[in-house]
Amino acid sequence: MELSDNLQFSQLGHRSILISFSDKIDRDLLNIILKIKYSLKKILSEQILYINHSYNSILITYKTTIENINSNFSEINEVLNTLPATEEIQFYEWKLPVCYDKKFGIDLEEISYKNNLSRNQIISTHSGVSYLIYFLGFLPGFLYLEGLDAKIHFPRKIEPRLKINRGDVGIGGSQTGIYPMDSPGGWNIIGNTPIKLFDSTKANPCFAKAGDQVKFYAISFEEHKHILEEVKNDKFQLQKSEII
Amino acid sequence: MIEVINPGFYTTIQDRGRYDYVHLGVPISGAMDKISADRANALVGNPSGMALFEMTMVGATLKFNTETTIAVAGSITQVLINNIPFGVDSIMKVNHGDEVTLGRLTGGFRCYLAVAGGVVSEIKLGSQAMYPGITTHHRILKGQVFDIGKLENIQYYEINGYKSEVEDLHLMVYKGPEYSGLTVKERKLLFNTYFEVSKNNNRMAYQLEDTLENSLEPILTAPVIPGTIQLTPSGKIIILMRDCQTTGGYPRILQLSEHSKSVLAQKTTGDKFQFSLIEY
Repeated sequence: MELSDNLQFSQLGHRSILISFSDKIDRDLLNIILKIKYSLKKILSEQILYINHSYNSILITYKTTIENINSNFSEINEVLNTLPATEEIQFYEWKLPVCYDKKFGIDLEEISYKNNLSRNQIISTHSGVSYLIYFLGFLPGFLYLEGLDAKIHFPRKIEPRLKINRGDVGIGGSQTGIYPMDSPGGWNIIGNTPIKLFDSTKANPCFAKAGDQVKFYAISFEEHKHILEEVKNDKFQLQKSEII
Repeated sequence: MIEVINPGFYTTIQDRGRYDYVHLGVPISGAMDKISADRANALVGNPSGMALFEMTMVGATLKFNTETTIAVAGSITQVLINNIPFGVDSIMKVNHGDEVTLGRLTGGFRCYLAVAGGVVSEIKLGSQAMYPGITTHHRILKGQVFDIGKLENIQYYEINGYKSEVEDLHLMVYKGPEYSGLTVKERKLLFNTYFEVSKNNNRMAYQLEDTLENSLEPILTAPVIPGTIQLTPSGKIIILMRDCQTTGGYPRILQLSEHSKSVLAQKTTGDKFQFSLIEY
């Protein structure tokens, strides 16, 4: 994929620049976005306040008001033209425990009925694949995951629930994700994870980052209670493996 | 030391906000009316961005157990120190045991009380800005006690001449990333309507009463910042504010200027304004 394909620069507000790519969810595009992010952060660290990204755009916010947008554009272009060939960052696949017991998976029955799958089929489909984290947004620690099998796609609820519990694992349309805190929400809940997606007391509040992968594995109700206790005492170790 | 005698309607501690965790979905937060917050800090000799109290609609009553100087800026209100009235926009000396009361805010919706040396409170993810789920408390509570920071050296900071005015009927906006998808007719409506703030307004977003029918193409979830103005498929106009999410799924039609973010922060339900388009 050519870097210059459908790449557009625009200004957003007095000190941000948006780099937009074509409208698609694509793993190659994500790789390019992450490479650009890391390079910009490294090379322009003096001027940049923060960088945020989503499926197909990068938002660069500067520490000061942009005086001459064209010089900012050229500066960014220079960095884009010297992107490293290989990835300097290590990415991981995280194994996340999920209890799919019907005490947690309150919408499993409906999905089972409407998609004509057994409860076990839903669980093995959901936990059988590695999901790619595209970015974080919506709530602190909310991972935008890609890779949900079409068999278990399920439309969002028309009336969102007033409260979804922290750790609830859900399906919304073609997406799956975990609510990192109590929140209103319209996703269909199929289970709950006892681990903390976001801990504001830690210097690194979220273990995962964009580019990492996530794989769920089923645990019992008892194991869930046990891990919850370990997490409370900061004793639970999340399993991870390096992605080459 | 400062003791909260009455927390007021909705009082929080705000500072310049937190920027290092936006990529993890953490909102920036910080003072809604930055102009007034900076003004209050400058009046007491604090650098801009120091933690101070942000009060909403009805102010708080704070008891000072130390001698210090304070300043209030923002919407017009009567500041009572032991029942003696002072005005906003001035530096006030408080003595040990003094009670400072800010009553109902008029001529605006928010005001800021700065203390020389800054308010000391819990720091989470590099900032004292209160936000539910990040800081322990998302608002100040009766009985809470806060220390006052030490002012290392008194600095004289330029106090900008502008005061946010609720009578300011124009919000300056730039075209947003999805502006070009609007039809000529839709753009005309956008700039010729007196929009009204709906009751759905808070630190996260201001939704407008009026709707704008449109046929904008849906977008993939994209980065947004405070001041980004979204237009939903059903025509709702949502102006994102300081506590907004870091990404959003609705088309971004406009972007508030820096200055206008502070102007809007002084508006509330029923207030009207027009958008004025400006260029970068």
